[in-house]
Amino acid sequence: MEIIDILLAASFWEAAIRIATPLIFGVLGALVCERAGVLNLGIEGIFTAGAMAGWMAVWLGAGLWGGILVAALAGGFFGLIHAILTVPLGLSQHVSGIGVTLLATSLSYFTYRTALPDVSSPPRIEPFRPLDIPFLSDLPFIGQALFSQTAMTMLALVLVFVTGWVLYRTPLGLAIRAVGDNPSSVEAQGLSVYALRIGAVVVGSSFMALGGAFLTMSAFDAFFFGMINGRGWVCIALTVFASWRPGKALIGALLFGAFDAFQVRLQTEVGAFLPSQVFLMMPYILSIIALIVVARKADYPKALLVPWFKGQR
Amino acid sequence: MSSAAHISPETSHDLLLSLAGVTKRFGALVANDAIDLTVHKGEIVALLGENGAGKTTLMNILFGHYVADEGTVTVARRDGGLEQLEPGAPQAALDAGIGMVHQHFTLAENLTGLDNIVLGTEPIFRLRRDRTKARAKLNELMAGSGLNVDLDQPVHKLTVGEKQRVEILKALYRDARLLVLDEPTAVLTPQEADSLFAILRKLAATGLAVIIIAHKLAEVLAVSHRIAVLRGGAKVGEMKTTDADHNSIAEMMVGREVPVSRRTAREPGKPVITLNDVTIDRGDSRRSLHGVSITAREGEILGIAGVSGNGQAALAQLIAGLDKPDSGSVEIFGDKIEKFDAHTFAQNGIARIPEDRHHDGMVGSMTVAENIAIEDVRSPEYQKFGFLDFDAIRKRAEHAITDYDVRCPGPDAPARLLSGGNIQKLILARVLEKSPRLILANQPSRGLDVGAQSEVHRRLLEARQGGSAVILISEDLDELLTISDQIAVIHVGHITPAMPTDAIDRSELGLMMAGQKAAPHAPHATKTTNPGETA
Repeated sequence: MEIIDILLAASFWEAAIRIATPLIFGVLGALVCERAGVLNLGIEGIFTAGAMAGWMAVWLGAGLWGGILVAALAGGFFGLIHAILTVPLGLSQHVSGIGVTLLATSLSYFTYRTALPDVSSPPRIEPFRPLDIPFLSDLPFIGQALFSQTAMTMLALVLVFVTGWVLYRTPLGLAIRAVGDNPSSVEAQGLSVYALRIGAVVVGSSFMALGGAFLTMSAFDAFFFGMINGRGWVCIALTVFASWRPGKALIGALLFGAFDAFQVRLQTEVGAFLPSQVFLMMPYILSIIALIVVARKADYPKALLVPWFKGQR
Repeated sequence: MSSAAHISPETSHDLLLSLAGVTKRFGALVANDAIDLTVHKGEIVALLGENGAGKTTLMNILFGHYVADEGTVTVARRDGGLEQLEPGAPQAALDAGIGMVHQHFTLAENLTGLDNIVLGTEPIFRLRRDRTKARAKLNELMAGSGLNVDLDQPVHKLTVGEKQRVEILKALYRDARLLVLDEPTAVLTPQEADSLFAILRKLAATGLAVIIIAHKLAEVLAVSHRIAVLRGGAKVGEMKTTDADHNSIAEMMVGREVPVSRRTAREPGKPVITLNDVTIDRGDSRRSLHGVSITAREGEILGIAGVSGNGQAALAQLIAGLDKPDSGSVEIFGDKIEKFDAHTFAQNGIARIPEDRHHDGMVGSMTVAENIAIEDVRSPEYQKFGFLDFDAIRKRAEHAITDYDVRCPGPDAPARLLSGGNIQKLILARVLEKSPRLILANQPSRGLDVGAQSEVHRRLLEARQGGSAVILISEDLDELLTISDQIAVIHVGHITPAMPTDAIDRSELGLMMAGQKAAPHAPHATKTTNPGETA
């Protein structure tokens, strides 16, 4: 039973969690934006910007955590553009989001090419190393699968908890959940709809950028074109799968990571019979099926996509 | 409406709010013209006026959503002194203890009642929320006022009446001293409205001042201490409720005598539509009918009385041809209907005035002219070589606008710009111009002001006189008793046999609507208790 063997191997779960990490950042980011009522289709571009900005900061001499900060700021910047266009100006969130994706992607490539006009192979940085936590990393199975990941994976897991806490346990989270359902409820209680929404989109976009930064600073050690490869779009789908809940977002991202890790291993087992593209499609097809099953009952934030203007009821 | 035990406001003369000379202009339009209004502690003031009289503008100025061009708003401070309210600052109004319950609730439906109330009352950047203290305060408020709600239910699971209670609690939780309610009963059943009034009286007795914005006269007379009437932006009258009478206020609001619709005797003709023992079972009482048999005749208005949500929707769907019975049969002019679809029914001369006129009655983004022609686009009258003949459509729209007094910028204006009353006139124009054999009027005057309401009644009676059958689904007893020839009561999907209106006792009808009394087999009036007292 090769399939059982695959699923029981610690290396399989290590890979699954590693693949899931950027998605965890991305889904949390999308979730924070959407909980406040703003769909952020800038995600794919913000991933690219985060990947490029974080990597370049480190390449220029900043420390790894400095790179993370730069990536988050870059994400926040593009998030702010999206927020201004969609919240006070009330433009179409779809159009603005796709615009931000195109802008952020092109700007990232442009900056990269301007800084490095002549290189053929991308320069490398010294990325995050797998952790070696005394005792924990030596545990059987879970030591390899979980505690030998990089610091960014740990950050992603902590962020799941923090996002959940803020959303469900703090007054700020209450206001964010309210503004995504009925902005008038927030205004009637004397809070600013615009401030809440803009804030949520900026913070959510920073999370997304961290997902991109993980790719250049932890998973790989260089930036190259096309490296985001649709991960942002997957996050948008996973947000629906997660019913806008951080805990379920983690499960969704892990599930996708597991599909992906599984198909790579399956290729080596039965690759002789089927073209490799079939395996590459697998995680996407399975996510679509999972989405259909779950999302039919999805409880959308009711004000999602609906612009709100002051003085209008 | 039960009559109020009036608590005299004279017991407390503390001034709470004073509007002086408030004027607001929008371009050439004077929305508020030098309005003076005072409210004292413990007083319930009704602000009456037709749609567009300036009630909402005035309240928006009070709340700081608009800034008045002239005039001042003075509020008594909590320590007793007077101060001018900062114009254009909603937060200042909240701080001064002014709470507002909007007609469209401002509640986040995904949160619980408690969360909605607490929202925004504690510092926003904090690691935890303190719900224990909030809950204790709310329990005290609920016990003192009778505003009982399960605060741990998500708001979307609450009934409309309960949501309104959450809204009122929201204001009280912020220590409101003045509560403004915008059309509070528009969405309530008569029973819910009665219990709201009881609560308001109780709250007023504890010193809360209340302003009710309304256009339904009967309930204003039942609950308020004082009545102020606005028309065309100006205050045209103010009186103690004890000195007020129904007709004089109606005239004051409309600015002319309101024609009282009266039925004239008329022999009914042959049956237009007959339902024989029709059952539609859809699981919940809102959408089901059980063994329903009714007949609508030419030249007769059949009233269907009932609290909304008792199967009226199912009946309306069936008569419009949008649903088919599980058992039983439907006959139109004596022919049994086999094919249930809207087109067949429309071909047979059945026209409808839908319950939700904004949602089902028109397309907001289309023009007035397009909305008038929308049900007849297949008719050759509006076609030229297979294309729509917009000249003909516009011509008909212009006629409709003049004949039915639809106030709008013109036939090419988007329909969503029209007020509720004018949308209803537009729908009337569309329905009646076709000389229908049967008019299905579902809550045709709900939410309309006195003038528009009497216009709807006049038109329906005119259609009846012309030989149309009318099925009038309504929960407004006054409306039913005024214009129906016969009334049947619908309750959890069952409909009683129709009773001649002249033999019906009003309070008995209320009890039957509440399901507390079976229909008499021989229609005759018996005296029973007032439904308001039992509710």
